[in-house]
Amino acid sequence: MIAESTPKPAGIPKKKNEGLFSKKNIQTLRDPLDDSNPITVQILGICSALAVTVQVKPALIMALGVTVVVAFSNLIISLIRNSIPNRIRIIVQLIIVAMLVTIVDQLLKAYMFDVSRKLSVFVGLIITNCIVMGRLEAFAMAQKPWPAFLDGIGNGAGYGIILITVAVFRETLGAGTLLGYKVVPQWFYDHGYVNNGLMLLPPAALFLIGIYIWWQRSRNRKLINVS
Amino acid sequence: MQHLINLFVKAVFVENVIFAFFLGMCSFLAVSKKIKTAFGLGLAVIFVMVLTTPLNYLILRYVLGEGALGWIHPALATVDLTFLAFILFISTIAGAVQLVEMVIEKYAPSLYSSLGIFLPLITVNCSILGAALFMQEREYNFAETAVFSLGAGTGFFLAIVLLAAIRERLRYSNIPEPLQGLGIAMIVTALMGMAFLSFSGFQL
Repeated sequence: MIAESTPKPAGIPKKKNEGLFSKKNIQTLRDPLDDSNPITVQILGICSALAVTVQVKPALIMALGVTVVVAFSNLIISLIRNSIPNRIRIIVQLIIVAMLVTIVDQLLKAYMFDVSRKLSVFVGLIITNCIVMGRLEAFAMAQKPWPAFLDGIGNGAGYGIILITVAVFRETLGAGTLLGYKVVPQWFYDHGYVNNGLMLLPPAALFLIGIYIWWQRSRNRKLINVS
Repeated sequence: MQHLINLFVKAVFVENVIFAFFLGMCSFLAVSKKIKTAFGLGLAVIFVMVLTTPLNYLILRYVLGEGALGWIHPALATVDLTFLAFILFISTIAGAVQLVEMVIEKYAPSLYSSLGIFLPLITVNCSILGAALFMQEREYNFAETAVFSLGAGTGFFLAIVLLAAIRERLRYSNIPEPLQGLGIAMIVTALMGMAFLSFSGFQL
């Protein structure tokens, strides 16, 4: 599914002396947040997105990790894009991504061991996160480094928005907390309110994303029939 | 022996890669519009999974793990290269997939044309790398790894064929327009996941 469901990049910028934050670059940065959101529109990176959203904190860390990896792998691949032989490009891309993910994983293990434990294999799975490979194939292989870097940041943020939205719903409804602090007042529980255990189970994330897609597409009808 | 059978059943149903861990979700949703293609992808996943996970086990056991290099020279017995696991695992998978693709193209062209486009995509199927990482995290031995990879592959196969069957039927139903396609596929997957949750009551 790499590249095939991805919308065409906006075209290679031709002018040499284009400003760092020209209109096109801002567009590159902003589009993935909504109109071409990696998860709900491009169907990329759903794999790891759902499993880490039981609580907000791991979701935040995961979003940050993915953003860093996408941005820098986009940058590196874009820098060396002209010297990669076409036939082995997938392996070259994977090695670079795996290197970045190893760095992220080692940093997490060193400074946030409890979060790293909670994310378990999902940090490693950033390597095969389709967002990274999809953006490398569809954007970084054909663009200059700076737009590629911005595209990476944008897509990471678009991924993060979905992750955090889902995590906020799951944690407040499922456990009555937010980032570990109690948000549902005791008064509710005294009058018979019960935490929704379904929200803590894996299927809840799929329901929430399904509903998000429904809401997004009824608000923005040109996204219907994208896939 | 019973232990291994239990492990297999657990990997297929109780800890299904799709419904319990969401691994391989992208190809699961993207390639499940027709039963025939879903069937092809499912078989290819089982094949690559059974091939690469034990291979990665051997790499972990004899190259990467703590003291694993001891068989070359006793002086190397203290070396721990586990931090290189991601890079070596994914290279093994990418290399194995490339190799399998070339072998199948040469000796079984009919199988190649039916699997064709799915084979390279499997490299970035999260479930393959996921199985390797679970194997590392849960410290399986060789027999357990082999059985676990077969079970995980079968679980993926089962899930994708089931979803494809449901989606073929969904085409004739009257779904609100913004929910069609991806949206309803997500919700159907969630419902299937809830059905699979009932297996978690098994004590194996």
